[in-house]
Amino acid sequence: MAAELLREKFALQGRNFDKAGEVSSEIKVILRDLGIDATTVRRLVIVAFEGEMNVVMYADQGTLTLVLTDEDIRLEIVDRGPGIPDIDLAMQPGYSTASDELREMGFGFGMGLPNMKKNSDEFRIESEVGKGTSVFVRIRLNANA
Amino acid sequence: MTLAEIRDILQADVLTGEEDLSTDVQQVVASDGMSEILAFARSRELMITGLTNIQSIRTADIAGVCAVIYCRGKCPDRKVIDFARQKKIPVMATRMVMFDICGILYNRGLKGVS
Repeated sequence: MAAELLREKFALQGRNFDKAGEVSSEIKVILRDLGIDATTVRRLVIVAFEGEMNVVMYADQGTLTLVLTDEDIRLEIVDRGPGIPDIDLAMQPGYSTASDELREMGFGFGMGLPNMKKNSDEFRIESEVGKGTSVFVRIRLNANA
Repeated sequence: MTLAEIRDILQADVLTGEEDLSTDVQQVVASDGMSEILAFARSRELMITGLTNIQSIRTADIAGVCAVIYCRGKCPDRKVIDFARQKKIPVMATRMVMFDICGILYNRGLKGVS
């Protein structure tokens, strides 16, 4: 059983584009200050940022929980939002339901979820239409670090 | 190639980070899609984009690029430049279009990330 070293829960606010990414930037600083290796930090904050953007773009509100253990880093991103009717479809690179307005902000090109999966060692997504979406991610700590 | 050389070649204005232009650049990521930058940037690349909102600098910070060049005459507002300064990311702006910038830099030996 991995020993939990740190657990922090952050609130995410839907539609607030000025603040979008602040939590991920904060996590980057936290992990860097803890001496986690740069590659692991990079992978983790990309996952966090894409997840944060998804909540800001599509949901009303959400939370992002960061858990650091002596073996891995875990992220739980849970939102109250519209949910995803077809997760397999949503995971396909290039598929997006984003509006033109969202695309003009540089997101919503159908790469967010695939990007999150690519940078994770374990990736799980659960969703219920009309209720919300939860994403669980695990990234192993680099054994060589 | 250094950021200072790139500034001269692209006739770019430095909006912030004048003091960090000795950084050596080998690779480039260029896109208006931030997820594309996040998907391809490994670390310390030069980022070229036409997107000038706050998310462009947020993406640059998360992706760990060495500098941002805004193309086709687009200039971010003060808030974005201040944010880049705070994150210590040099930012330049040029009138050249993305296609020309990429062509010129590729000719000079810079490569994309694949």
